[in-house]
Amino acid sequence: MLRIPCPWCGLRDESEFRYRGDATRRRPAAEAGIDAFNAYVYERDNPRDWHSEWWLHVAGCRRLLKVVRHTLTHEIRSVEPGADPQGAERSR
Amino acid sequence: MAGPRRITSGALTDPSRPLRFRFDGRELQGLTGDTLASALLANGVRQVARSFKYHRPRGIVTAGPEEPCALVDVIGTRGREPNLPATTLPLAEGLIAESQNRWPSLRFDLRAVADLLGRFLPAGFYYKTFMRPGWAWERLYEPLIRRAAGLGRLAAVVPPHADPAETVHEHADVLIVGAGSCGLAAAHRLAAAGLRVILAEQDVVPGGGTLLDGRWAAWREAVCASLMRSPTLRCLTRTTVLGAYGHGVFGALERLSPQECAKFGGLRERLRVIRARRVLLATGALERLIAFPGNDVPGVMLAGGALAYLKRYGIAVGRRPALFANNDEAYEALFALAAAGVPCAGVIDPRPDSRAAARARALGVAVHGAALVGAVRGRREVQAVTITELDGRRRFVLQADSLLMSGGQTPLTALATQLAAPLEWRESLTAFVAELAPAAGRIAGGARGVFGLAAAARDGDEAACAIATDLGRAADTAAAPLLPNDPEMSLASALWEVRAPGKAFIDLQNDVTGDDVRLACREGYEHLEHMKRYTTFGMATDQGRIGGLVGCAVLAAARGVPLAEIGALRARPFTQAVPFAALAGGEVREHYRPRRRLPLHEWHESAGAAFVSTGLWLRPLVYSREAGWSAVLDEARAVRKRVGITDVSTLGKIDVQGTDAARFLDFVYANRFATLPIGRARYGIMLREDGMLLDDGTTSRLGPGHFLITTTTANSTAVLEHLEFHLQTACAALDVVLTDVTDQWAQFAVAGPRAREVVAPLVGGLDLANEAFPFMAVSEPPIAGAPGRLFRISFSGELAYEIAVPAAHALTVWSALLESGARFDIRPYGLDALNTLRIEKGHVTTAELNGNTTADDLGLQRLLKNEGDFIGRTLARRPGLNDAQRLQLVGVRPVSRTARLRNGSQLVAPEAPDTSLGYVTSATPSVEFEGWVGLALLAGGRQRLGQRLTARSPVHRETVEVQILASHMLDAENTRVRS
Repeated sequence: MLRIPCPWCGLRDESEFRYRGDATRRRPAAEAGIDAFNAYVYERDNPRDWHSEWWLHVAGCRRLLKVVRHTLTHEIRSVEPGADPQGAERSR
Repeated sequence: MAGPRRITSGALTDPSRPLRFRFDGRELQGLTGDTLASALLANGVRQVARSFKYHRPRGIVTAGPEEPCALVDVIGTRGREPNLPATTLPLAEGLIAESQNRWPSLRFDLRAVADLLGRFLPAGFYYKTFMRPGWAWERLYEPLIRRAAGLGRLAAVVPPHADPAETVHEHADVLIVGAGSCGLAAAHRLAAAGLRVILAEQDVVPGGGTLLDGRWAAWREAVCASLMRSPTLRCLTRTTVLGAYGHGVFGALERLSPQECAKFGGLRERLRVIRARRVLLATGALERLIAFPGNDVPGVMLAGGALAYLKRYGIAVGRRPALFANNDEAYEALFALAAAGVPCAGVIDPRPDSRAAARARALGVAVHGAALVGAVRGRREVQAVTITELDGRRRFVLQADSLLMSGGQTPLTALATQLAAPLEWRESLTAFVAELAPAAGRIAGGARGVFGLAAAARDGDEAACAIATDLGRAADTAAAPLLPNDPEMSLASALWEVRAPGKAFIDLQNDVTGDDVRLACREGYEHLEHMKRYTTFGMATDQGRIGGLVGCAVLAAARGVPLAEIGALRARPFTQAVPFAALAGGEVREHYRPRRRLPLHEWHESAGAAFVSTGLWLRPLVYSREAGWSAVLDEARAVRKRVGITDVSTLGKIDVQGTDAARFLDFVYANRFATLPIGRARYGIMLREDGMLLDDGTTSRLGPGHFLITTTTANSTAVLEHLEFHLQTACAALDVVLTDVTDQWAQFAVAGPRAREVVAPLVGGLDLANEAFPFMAVSEPPIAGAPGRLFRISFSGELAYEIAVPAAHALTVWSALLESGARFDIRPYGLDALNTLRIEKGHVTTAELNGNTTADDLGLQRLLKNEGDFIGRTLARRPGLNDAQRLQLVGVRPVSRTARLRNGSQLVAPEAPDTSLGYVTSATPSVEFEGWVGLALLAGGRQRLGQRLTARSPVHRETVEVQILASHMLDAENTRVRS
């Protein structure tokens, strides 16, 4: 079981969080087309390595965290709050 | 006379407190402190089981939880519990145990014929033999094989109230697994450093190997006394660490002693979830068997087991034992038995000579060096062993009534490998060892191949110092009690298997022999994990622990590669069998999951509601405890004819505020909200990014930057997560705050032609005339004196209002509505009636919003906005999601008005009854129409309106002719809701 150090709540069990997938993916621009969105929604690497991923602290502060975890050892290298300034471009 | 008996007093047994018990109907006597196994040996019982496949007589092989053979059924007041190792089962007054897998009796087992046919029953035989005819496997072969092979029997009827168990969460700086010399020394050091320590020991007392060597008694007592005084250390005995789950989380099972069980009201097990900053694995090593013909005859056991029975329970496992070992440690059993007056028949050792052999000779024991055991004589018990010299020149027979075997020590690395520690082959130890990452902890002592009690204690102490430093504590230099010396030992020589005629088992529990391994290898199952699955080696309750490495070595030899290349079997959690009851703990029956009760739960209950679980919620299904549809239809009819009221507080409610709230909603909804006026509600649909429907509901605008979303009951948490995720990623720059207000607001729907007259007197003078407060209007008037919200929305298809008030005002407002509606004979209605009404109207719920439907499938395509981006916009346009032959929402109605329509029925064309064209998603008897109506998802459904198809329910063997209708069967023009 993972234990994730939430910057707001402290060290918490994995069961308080919901996994929200690969954090390196960026939502394509509105007119990027089906292929770009298809890649965004369906195509994922399966690295045996460090992996940057979203965890939503649903049973805690409800903040989204960007967690860098090693998929083999489960070691967690960093946890950051996950506001994504680039994504703001999209909704203009 | 031959065989085992009690000859002296043991460290754990109390001769002044005898206990009576029964085994296979025989009345026997043991002592307090005995296990069932030691008590059986004390009574001279050697054969305790029949083997899994060949039904060979089997005895007790070990003195611990790794026991492969001595499994029994225990018959208690609450039924039969199978597969309990007699070697760890504490003896209790009146215990009733039975042997397993024998018929008609343990001594005379008819199925033992399997042993004679053994050469026709090799590994995998049933895959190859029972091929034809195809039907016979399930009906004939498998039931027969399952009856013939196997372990214990489960009770046919499981009693409703299993023994209670509980779950305890623990936190510590350091978890030490194992309280042998290594674990005790480490605990002493860490406790002195002021760290919070949990010392977990599977045995009933701490001490491990020190309990078997009298020279260690003083040291053990001094250390244990000091640990007892430590305020920061807790020693948990009878507690097995079951698995390592990473990030310092461990699961441990405590089996309570009979005294504690009585004290805690029958509590049998305690599951401990331990969170520790570091772990110290001091699990020691496990003695392994040697594969030689007859290594399973009752009376053949591990040398360490024999030593444990003598020291712990005062039992001599034989009167003339022989020893077959390749290592000096194993001779300790012989020396201890000799000192207790039990002479050794002789030693067989593949090594020409050793220090231990010299000591044995000095005691007058015949040591046959450079020799092997080639066979065991006797079937139900050892009578003699046949010795073969390594050079093959001489064979002779040694009379003995028992045979102690030892193939060396295997370090226990299971927990380390679960923490992703790689295994490394160490030739000097003939074993695999592991090292932990320092951030996780350390392995010390026998678990990493440091053998000898004193050497292990020193290793544990060093590891403890490293952990203390790591955690920022100065390792205390307080002197520990002086350690006794380890005896000088000669090196062991690798010995795995003696190749000679007869069955030589590498896995006693599953009857797997060395020949089975070679067969698997010849048939292509060369990989260790494939061989395991082909032969069943290393499976079931003991996980083949005492023979694990032996099987790997036999496979290595068969393939002609070094053992290092084969590796060891992957040891997954759990390290021993765990009752389901212990895993469930207190989370059973009504505590299985939390219950969410409506603010009016007590009112609904007193009104006679039958409740149904939807998600975690308990909702009134119908206000009647009688089965059948009549009460449901009465409720639905009241809504259609007069007026009804229902509790919809379970709807998800999300408050959305901020200057960008409208922009945010336009992004997450497929339809437009920026244009929604204040004081109006709009039906909206949310898509997933893949273009499928996520959820639907009405959203109301309460102010320029203030909206209220409602979601379906089932999807409320998923929708909130979905919104939070997008708000904190793609929409992070927007000024929006989301608040879940589901629990804060109670909400009721008042529906029916008289709804206006019921609600109007209670809304503080708000004009509810159709022009003043039209369909989809929203306002925030006081309602029956409470701050409220009024929505003119309808799920039933009738004129309806939804009224929301803070949950604390729920009963006042509900009562006021009932009172106001009394003159129209207002009826509360439950979920079933609500469902009847919405099916007639063609409104969808999660039965249709099932994750596989698009807006187009449900006839909602006109809601998708053309301008602006929104979640799911691009992928919803994929050609495949807009195919005219997709399953589309339609209404269905049986042609015969008396025919019942069933959920899940497949729709087929009469000429092709086996080709599904779709299925019925929701069905109900109707109040508006005669007979039943339903909704269905039908291929190209909108082109089939008016067609006649067949609804087949093969489960019920029913076939109903149905007509396909538009999904809005009732009031398609919406005149009622707008009236």
